[in-house]
Amino acid sequence: MKTATFKIWRGDAKGGEFQDYTTEIAEGMVVLDAVMQIQATQARDLACRWNCKAGKCGSCSAEVNGMPKLMCMTRLSELPLEKPVTVEPMKAFPVTKDLVTDVSWNFRVKKKIKPFKPRTPDAPDGTWRMQQEDIDRVQEFRKCIECFLCQDVCHVLRDHQMHEKFIGPRFLIHVAALEMHPLDTENRIEELRNTQGIGYCNITKCCTKVCPENIQITDNGIIPLKERVVDEFYDPFGWLWRWLKRKSDSRIEIRES
Amino acid sequence: MIEAPGLERRSFGQTMRADVWWTQPLLVFFGLSVFIIYSTWAAFQGQNYFFGNYISPFYSPEIFGESPHSWFGPKPNWWPAWLIFSPALLVLWAPAGFRVTCYYYRGAYYKAFWADPLACTVGEPRNSYWGERSFPLIMQNVHRYFLYLALVFLVILSIDVWKALWFSDGFGIGIGTIVLTINVILLSGYTFGCHSLRHLAGGFLDQFSKSTTCYRAYSCVTCFNQRHMLWAWLSLFWVGFSDLYVRLCATGIWHDVRLL
Repeated sequence: MKTATFKIWRGDAKGGEFQDYTTEIAEGMVVLDAVMQIQATQARDLACRWNCKAGKCGSCSAEVNGMPKLMCMTRLSELPLEKPVTVEPMKAFPVTKDLVTDVSWNFRVKKKIKPFKPRTPDAPDGTWRMQQEDIDRVQEFRKCIECFLCQDVCHVLRDHQMHEKFIGPRFLIHVAALEMHPLDTENRIEELRNTQGIGYCNITKCCTKVCPENIQITDNGIIPLKERVVDEFYDPFGWLWRWLKRKSDSRIEIRES
Repeated sequence: MIEAPGLERRSFGQTMRADVWWTQPLLVFFGLSVFIIYSTWAAFQGQNYFFGNYISPFYSPEIFGESPHSWFGPKPNWWPAWLIFSPALLVLWAPAGFRVTCYYYRGAYYKAFWADPLACTVGEPRNSYWGERSFPLIMQNVHRYFLYLALVFLVILSIDVWKALWFSDGFGIGIGTIVLTINVILLSGYTFGCHSLRHLAGGFLDQFSKSTTCYRAYSCVTCFNQRHMLWAWLSLFWVGFSDLYVRLCATGIWHDVRLL
């Protein structure tokens, strides 16, 4: 039977190091299978978070050969097995133990974002009516499984550690899902520019590259939000246009009344 | 706002990636450098930029200049003697500004020229980071204004293609006509896929169903936008080649072939 060597990071918040494990591999195996096999046979105290093994829970996020990936969706056949495969915890979050990181910062960030605020219901029974073309854009963002791989790869969080000033791609997508929702009436543009720090994103598209749900984070989420910030803060002709439009709309309303 | 987790920084170039991650930034660095060097050289030449009914896209519109394509005649008398004059310098800032502030190019040159980051998950050289929140990069927000200019340039370059169909002996098609036509097609593909145009065409709406026209325009721009990087590189290469073609014809090194 074929074998492969895995360099797995072992340690905790105080520090750690890579340890080599050689294990048997079979066709169709993914990295998580190998890690669990090592856990079962060689390292019973190896900490690893997992749940669905189907790429839908976002629990088994780690860095495989230096790239953020879901371990359950990374086939061994896609990796160069002639060299040891490195498996380490996400770098943008503090390590709890071995491959497990503390991602609670993300949940604290999410609580700070203005929640969904729908318009008054369209029908007397308290329901709304939406067209498919209105909701298509938002449905893409709703595919997010909160694996936080995009947060991990984002250099603003990973290298510059600006967690206090920048909410990261995951939450920019969350804001996009709310801002572009056809029923939502809340305005989050000022926070986006100021406390949520959208201007720190320099469009490297790394978040899009690692997204296991293939959400076009940069092109469909972040850049359209950046454009909305431009509308509000950096486009004097746009301000003039909207002012003139409001004036003409109010005149029409007065005439009609 | 939110308490940051305590993390360890990686040093410049440090990564656990096993692939050849440096090829893409290297290719971008090489491609953009070649274009910048060539276009700067070509813009400062001030000669050999037209050949009969063809004009180099670097020099169009020729506001002042010696060629028959000039809108307002030769270099004006009030032009300061100490200041270098070339018709390209009067216009090239607009398409250059459009590309420099383009969302695709921004991401590409931040990586290739500024190593910010060099590639995904590769350690960076600097500790400080301002992003696009403060001067000078906050100026990237003028992109939509450069878009408006780029749309005007597309019309002007299309007129140049029309002129390239009319030779001294009447209607015809030469290799140069085809080169300039392809140039306009590729530049249109790039411009019509612009992220700012996508927003202005309909992306600003939360309810597309309220404006069918905006929704159609948004869908159309989205179609080009999905291949924005490809259009960006093809159009960049071809606009440089179009200048080279006209230049080599004007210097007599290449001979334009009449197909019709």
